[in-house]
Amino acid sequence: MTSELFLQYLFAGITYGSIYAIVAIGFNIIYNTTGIINFAQGEFVMLGGMLSISLHTFLPLPLAIAIAVIITMIIGALIEIIFIRWLESPSVLRMIIITIGISILIREAALHVWGEGVRSLPYFNGNEISSIRILSTNVSPQVLWVIGVCAVIVVLLSLFFKFTSLGQEMRACSSNRLAATLCGINTKNMVTLSFMLSAAIGALAGCVVSPITYTQYDSGTGLAIKGFTVAVLGGLGNSMAAVSAGLLLGIIEAFSIDIVPLAFQDAISISILLIILFVRPHGLFGSKEAAGLKEF
Amino acid sequence: MMLRIKNLESGYGKLRVLKRISMHVDPGEIVTIIGANGAGKTTLLYTIAGMIKASDGEIVLLGDIISNTKPEKIVAAGCSLVPEGRQVFSTLSVHENLILGGYVQYKRQKQDTKKELQKIYDIFPVLKERENQLAGTLSGGEQQMLSMGRSLMAKPKLIMLDEPSTGLAPLIIKNIFQIILQLQQSGNTVLLVEQNAKAALGISDRGYVLETGKIILQGPAEDLLGNRDVQRAYLGRDVAAEGAVCELD
Repeated sequence: MTSELFLQYLFAGITYGSIYAIVAIGFNIIYNTTGIINFAQGEFVMLGGMLSISLHTFLPLPLAIAIAVIITMIIGALIEIIFIRWLESPSVLRMIIITIGISILIREAALHVWGEGVRSLPYFNGNEISSIRILSTNVSPQVLWVIGVCAVIVVLLSLFFKFTSLGQEMRACSSNRLAATLCGINTKNMVTLSFMLSAAIGALAGCVVSPITYTQYDSGTGLAIKGFTVAVLGGLGNSMAAVSAGLLLGIIEAFSIDIVPLAFQDAISISILLIILFVRPHGLFGSKEAAGLKEF
Repeated sequence: MMLRIKNLESGYGKLRVLKRISMHVDPGEIVTIIGANGAGKTTLLYTIAGMIKASDGEIVLLGDIISNTKPEKIVAAGCSLVPEGRQVFSTLSVHENLILGGYVQYKRQKQDTKKELQKIYDIFPVLKERENQLAGTLSGGEQQMLSMGRSLMAKPKLIMLDEPSTGLAPLIIKNIFQIILQLQQSGNTVLLVEQNAKAALGISDRGYVLETGKIILQGPAEDLLGNRDVQRAYLGRDVAAEGAVCELD
């Protein structure tokens, strides 16, 4: 493998890895306040992309993205208020089935609104063929956008959860809802907030990746599986670990093209998911101690 | 009056657990509720804390009716519950647990969190040593202390303790009860629910005996400790039988 090809693969890996990481972080946020996996997370990414594409037909790009993110956030809040909020201490399994149902609902709605066509946002800078020379390889400026936006999201989020009182309250809800209520925290609002936050993050990711990966009504499903793999690989609930795990999976996938056909790419991430679930269910970076204290 | 409960009824769904309960707690008192498993002790505390809705009757905290108020509002009104089984935030550090306890006060900007935290560490020095440890890794006694400390961070006027001695070693139980006395001396009012009736009544001013959702007996703690029925049912002493043994001697 030439060094140029190596770098080319590496950048592709990092780009996709960042996207997976963002989807995984979306999973983690909701997991952290509710203890459930929201399988509609991929649909938030799709909605962000689709809404911004539609809005961009009559609005400038930054405004279209901003409004798409806000609309997705509102949809996230509505989903929680309509489907989750009124449940009295639901079981983990019930919540998972509900979120799978929601993801199917959103996907079918999107099919009706936007049809089967593949769409995309224009490149934020330049176009399909413009490139920036880094080291000895050429990368699209959009790749830098993706990596940059992901990095900013990750840093802001970890600051939010560690240092703001709202972030700590959300973590408290995740750890023990009964105790959080007894501390005077309105747990139901925290759950709504976590749905809004992860919807917004998913939508933003959907916008920045749209020029590269294109957006279709069902493009969320694949991303959800990859994102879930990454979330488990890193250790559920740990956003920083999700980043490392995301980059790892992205790079493994990118280099695997050299060995196995492209069609097997998805099989690789599923295999990794299975292996991790069997061998290290608390993830590569999760501590066994902390995982043992969790309900799910 | 700190807390006054009148004809309180409550339960789970159709199951009526509490049947017309009336009781009161005066400021500065330690009041104990004793009773067997399933008598409704925890249900009573949960109803006061707002976790279970009262179906009838009223609960008055410091002159305000709090029956059917949301739990977070009741905490803000000055009534904290230390739940049975500790219920610490096991995946968070000890320090974070305590900070979250002070959440209500922090929200109102009424509290210097650091100063308050220091007070808690003075009462429970072991928590200071474990400050950065995950709460789930603490021992049972330490978790009980953390749970109490966390409730105290909310600066409650009335602190309710649900079975603080469950599953702890005798020496640690003694320690916990000493701390409860200490809380009273520093001006707190305590409502205590205990299976360990002897120890609880030993530090209390007054007591209530709860049986199948009704209060069957009440009075000063010494009177309850001396009461034959209480001794037989909750203190594990059969006075009549002991008397017989004495006569044989």
